[in-house]
Amino acid sequence: MTKQIRQLDRVVIRFAGDSGDGMQLTGDRFTSETAQLGNDISTLPNFPAEIRAPAGTLPGVSSFQVHFADYDILTPGDAPNVLVAMNPAALKANLTDLPRGADIIVNTDEFTRRNLAKVGYTTSPLEDDSLAGYVVHPVALTSMTVGALAEHEVSKKDAERAKNMFALGLLSWMYSRPYESTLRFLERKFAARPELVAANVAAFRAGWNFGETTEDFSVRYEVKPAKMLPGTYRNITGNAALSLGLVAAGVRSGLPVFLGAYPITPASDILHELSKHKKFGVVTMQAEDEIAAVGAALGASYGGSLGITTTSGPGVALKSETISLAVALELPLVIVDVQRAGPSTGMPTKTEQADLNMALYGRHGEAPVAVIAPKSPADCFHAALEAARIALTYRTPVLLLSDNYVANGSEPWLLPDVESLPDLRVEFATRANGEDGTTFLPYLRDPETLARPWAIPGTPGLEHRIGGLEKADKTGDISYDPANHDFMVRTRAARIETIPVPDVEVEDPDGDARVLVLGWGSTYGPIGAACRGLRQRGLSVAQAHLRHLAPMPANLGEVLRSYDRVVIPEMNLGQLAHVIRAKYLVDAIGYNQVRGLPFTAAELETMLEEVLKNV
Amino acid sequence: MSEPVALKLTAKDFKSDQEVRWCPGCGDYAILAAVQGFMPELNIPRENVVFISGIGCSSRFPYYMNTYGMHSIHGRAPAIATGLSVTRPDLSVWVVTGDGDALSIGGNHLIHALRRNVNLKILLFNNRIYGLTKGQYSPTSEIGKITKSTPVGSADAPFNPLSLALGAEATFVARTIDSDRKHLQSVLRAAAEHQGSAFVEIYQNCNIFNDGAFDPIKEPATRDDFLIRLEHGQPITFGKDGQFCVVHPPGGFGLEVRETAGTPAEEIVVHDATVTDPAYAFALSRLPGLDLRNTPIGVFRSVTRSSYDSVVQEQVAAAKASVDQTPEQQLAGLLSAGDTWTIL
Repeated sequence: MTKQIRQLDRVVIRFAGDSGDGMQLTGDRFTSETAQLGNDISTLPNFPAEIRAPAGTLPGVSSFQVHFADYDILTPGDAPNVLVAMNPAALKANLTDLPRGADIIVNTDEFTRRNLAKVGYTTSPLEDDSLAGYVVHPVALTSMTVGALAEHEVSKKDAERAKNMFALGLLSWMYSRPYESTLRFLERKFAARPELVAANVAAFRAGWNFGETTEDFSVRYEVKPAKMLPGTYRNITGNAALSLGLVAAGVRSGLPVFLGAYPITPASDILHELSKHKKFGVVTMQAEDEIAAVGAALGASYGGSLGITTTSGPGVALKSETISLAVALELPLVIVDVQRAGPSTGMPTKTEQADLNMALYGRHGEAPVAVIAPKSPADCFHAALEAARIALTYRTPVLLLSDNYVANGSEPWLLPDVESLPDLRVEFATRANGEDGTTFLPYLRDPETLARPWAIPGTPGLEHRIGGLEKADKTGDISYDPANHDFMVRTRAARIETIPVPDVEVEDPDGDARVLVLGWGSTYGPIGAACRGLRQRGLSVAQAHLRHLAPMPANLGEVLRSYDRVVIPEMNLGQLAHVIRAKYLVDAIGYNQVRGLPFTAAELETMLEEVLKNV
Repeated sequence: MSEPVALKLTAKDFKSDQEVRWCPGCGDYAILAAVQGFMPELNIPRENVVFISGIGCSSRFPYYMNTYGMHSIHGRAPAIATGLSVTRPDLSVWVVTGDGDALSIGGNHLIHALRRNVNLKILLFNNRIYGLTKGQYSPTSEIGKITKSTPVGSADAPFNPLSLALGAEATFVARTIDSDRKHLQSVLRAAAEHQGSAFVEIYQNCNIFNDGAFDPIKEPATRDDFLIRLEHGQPITFGKDGQFCVVHPPGGFGLEVRETAGTPAEEIVVHDATVTDPAYAFALSRLPGLDLRNTPIGVFRSVTRSSYDSVVQEQVAAAKASVDQTPEQQLAGLLSAGDTWTIL
């Protein structure tokens, strides 16, 4: 049978199933195949905090969304065109996100009376008219997989578990994906058990062949490669990119990297990743608590390492006192906060941007630090290098605000040339700096950077004492002198305020926009996609995005004041908007949402259209 | 290995230019002098010695040592020192702390440093009171202690610092007294020689808020009858005339004090600090009564176990030995690992 081939410019697929169904892996493999083909990609996993919620229930549903296109895309997509639902719970949990007309591929084997009852279906949605507006493809995924593996030497359980590969095979056929990398992946993954390699490969092929032969799937789709900058790419998540950025910072600075961390969602993957890189001299320590994690990192920095601690919001709160000590000691320290929905435990696997206030102000005393935020998964690599650069150059703690959305989302990353990465080499103090030629003044500053000397233990002649007590300018001796304290507080503020950061760039292709959308961190993608949508409809809107939140770019005030309206979408109740209003006296309006989910481009587009109408 | 060069340092070399500002008569002066006097013996260049403290009277200590030093924040010195020690195995890292700093706000870091066996020398000045905050009871104050915050007596039972350290399986545990310089220095010597965490409790008199807390083991009239001076390999007898001894009663779990007269010599416990099971040293730590009778001083336990630092450094060294590329080449390989694709 000849199948019709239809060209599409973009597709959004969501794989959804029980947390034990292997949906993350399935999505990951589909993404990798798609990357090989040269489409632009953006992905977003969504998984429960529970490791294994009861099978077949709504809290146990795990999903993975992948958006791919023949042009450059900015988000994982607002709504799926295709839902793969491995059981009734996966269907019910995801149906509301599906636009009418979307394709739904369901595993009919799991639509038993018992499974339907678990999620409150009294009749099967496959048999009533509740799915009337969708194109439903009922597939007996489990039994066909087991049937395909009848001749294989695997247990029934292992055969059933291969159903995700059947689904992957079917989807790979539907979207004409190259599958060699998946076959190689299976060989690697099950290297110790060849019978599982054979079974999973057979399940994959069975799914592919099913698509080819069944009449239910009459159309096959193609999405042509996107026009992307030449170079070598890999698909990468934010947490992975951030980890590699920290390793790169070690290489480019020539310093040993020390990570002190306490496991916390969604930051633990950075600890896992850095623990693999001992050959780079990276030392990781799983500390007894968040406080010890940052304390050990600060101790390592004191000794001449690049000290890093990684955590999420609750951990930053615990580390606050030590970060203030680092402000007083004026030592390099990188604190990574992969934000999640708070307060307290909140929703640990859901995203939010509500730690900005804490990053800027969450310490006792006047304790300014530098704050930066990555805008996308791949950007986490460069943000990590930038955090290290500021920390090392200006001898200050730097807070890097990632969030769950960029940390677990993925996109293609154009691999940088190692030689093109910033040179982060530092000079430790080696000799006395006093006018008499013999005295060492630990708080005598570099006039350019206002940084004090980094005199590490082991350096003869520079023995000195530092601490949390206020220090006299230059000598670092304990001082309660009022004028000195006033001077030191102002100097510490100036140290951060005068760090040169690049000007904020404005994207306004039409050049006549009267409304500026200002964002920071992970909202870059949805804001950018919304602006594009408006421009495609002939409307003018300008976009600017902040990487540096402390200090802010020198041109920001001027930029803000050159528009009639400034709109600031944030996944919090207006934290950046508050700063902007206070600092620049600009009547910025916030657009705020705290649902644990990223903005959709569509809702931002609708909101911005309203704003444009009213200027 | 070449012979170490004698550095010919003196106590004076370890005195910083800072005016010492403890209350006149404070036991900390004696400890500071003893440490400064002992340091030259180590024959370690001053620049390779680091003192890290937390908060409290004792934690002013680093300011007075002409070495590298950090006066950090309350309770966190062991954590900060761990990060330094594990990344800089070339340094001799000392932690100075007090009963409030180490056992109250910083209790978690202390037990985990000991559990890991980080190569730190931890000196806990125990005066059984909060001095810097002017006289509240501490986690080592006796129950019923009347202080500003407990006007009718404290309701909580104290920690026994040595029992706690031994519960965390510290590999080196000792106790000494501020006023006995010779003994203090002998304990410092043993601690310095130990590879891994060395935990030293130093009984220290706060003459302002808890004066005389340790008088029974300091006053000539009672001292000899109250103190048990532990010596490795020696039978544990004490008292002015050696009239008391320590035995392990058959069927019992702990140790007991008996009169030497009437106790067969073979029943007297011979002190062995190298016993692997911490239960023996723990039993020793339980001997003192509330009146400080039967207080052992000296090295309770000194056993060999790989330090955290050495294991971590060995892992890194082994990983590094497996590569023959420059760091830049390695990095290029790491960045392009996994599935990649090229667009021309």
